[in-house]
Amino acid sequence: MILIPCPHCGPREQTEFTYGGDAGVSRPGRPEDADDAAWIEYLYLRDNPKGEHVELWQHTFGCRQWLRVRRNVVNHEIVAEEET
Amino acid sequence: MSRYSLASLVRHGLTGHRGWRPAWRHPEPKAEYDAIIVGGGGHGLASAYYLAKNHGLTNIAVLEKGWLGGGNTGRNTTIVRSNYLLDANAKFYEHGMKLWEGLSQDLNFNVMFSQRGVLNLAHSKGQLETFRRRGNAMRLNGIDAELLNGEQAAEFVPGMDVGRNVRFPVEGGLLQRRGGTARHDAVAWGYARGADQRGVDIIQNCEVTGIRRDGQGVTGVETSRGFIATKKIGLAVAGHSTQLAAMAGVRLPIESHVLQAVVSEPVKPVLDTVVTFGAAHLYVSQSDKGELVMGGDIDGYNSFAQRGNLPVIEHFTACLLALFPQFSRLRILRNWGGIMDMTMDGSPIIGTTPVPGLFLNGGWCYGGFKATPASGWVFAHTIATEQPHALNADLSLERFHTGRVLDEKGAGPYPWLH
Repeated sequence: MILIPCPHCGPREQTEFTYGGDAGVSRPGRPEDADDAAWIEYLYLRDNPKGEHVELWQHTFGCRQWLRVRRNVVNHEIVAEEET
Repeated sequence: MSRYSLASLVRHGLTGHRGWRPAWRHPEPKAEYDAIIVGGGGHGLASAYYLAKNHGLTNIAVLEKGWLGGGNTGRNTTIVRSNYLLDANAKFYEHGMKLWEGLSQDLNFNVMFSQRGVLNLAHSKGQLETFRRRGNAMRLNGIDAELLNGEQAAEFVPGMDVGRNVRFPVEGGLLQRRGGTARHDAVAWGYARGADQRGVDIIQNCEVTGIRRDGQGVTGVETSRGFIATKKIGLAVAGHSTQLAAMAGVRLPIESHVLQAVVSEPVKPVLDTVVTFGAAHLYVSQSDKGELVMGGDIDGYNSFAQRGNLPVIEHFTACLLALFPQFSRLRILRNWGGIMDMTMDGSPIIGTTPVPGLFLNGGWCYGGFKATPASGWVFAHTIATEQPHALNADLSLERFHTGRVLDEKGAGPYPWLH
């Protein structure tokens, strides 16, 4: 079980959270100005690092806040987290 | 190299079985090859086998960082099926099914392919209707599919709880009788032996650490055993496709996730088919050794750890007990995890890349094992001709640029939901 330290609720089990994926991708700010390459980058391409990964988790069965978590995806160690 | 046969078994039996030779060589890497396959799992070995057999390309090497079939080939639940809805997937996997049906004879190696059927259970009328649609699509593509009602499903799987007084009653199911299971290790070993017999160098304990390229394309690979020159590189390293493609400067629409499976302690024959639970996610079959082999969803977060977590195991064992309450006293013997390339549409990627001479076979999500023969077949064609085969033309990397994605499940670009 991964324990995720929620800044509001303290360390909670992963089953209370919903995964939100890579926190590094952001939707093009002005969609009408974004070209295909920008949309492909946002929708599909990921760094998928074998190491530290910054990702989103929502504390769905807790405070419902979205967190930005830096987690090592090889050993699941959580290095840092902050509210989005 | 000798063929395996009843005669060879008798002959070796008479000499105390002391004359058997290793099934493949352990050659030193040469300085240069016509093509290099990275990854000595089922897909890489099958690709090498069909490159040699179908395309006459024998000056090739398969580089494996560990041992043959030690990655996801040894970590799956050995299910083989071709019950897909979308044309591109259906035709590709059905080609694989046809290869499976003759594979033991073709390889002269018993892959223990057992067409015991794959039954997807439906637990509502609406779900049964979506299965009817998928079954009809399969039949239009020439694939066998049978829609069973509740009584037929109960008859097909004796011992399953088909009572009405349960949370998810069995309303019926979609059965593919030609589906089943195969012995995963034997698939890797059979392809390795076949490729080796045709002159392919299989080099284990040789990790690729870099890909060299010039203005024209790739020029070779850096490995833990030195540089090896080649003009064609085929990546068959699902789980780590992102990392290998990055060595050549290619970014992929892939995230790596962990998928778990478990086996129970072995028991006498109780389940003679493959059953999937449709209200949540479980697939279960019984191995020839008697263990119940089962799995469910991926854990649902990026992971490169070849082990998972208990919530998923708890989920799919709960599904198992909903269907088969009598299994409640079985104990889990082993569990393990494998790293999946999860693509953004849930379908695999086989084809060319923006780098000339670099070919990609990956993105298997958690359906790679059944695809092994078809994957090798079309990947060999792609490497030999530098053009995709008709069967993998739609499985290209470009589909994420053109918008022709193959989202079998309709989940959208969320790899952890496929």
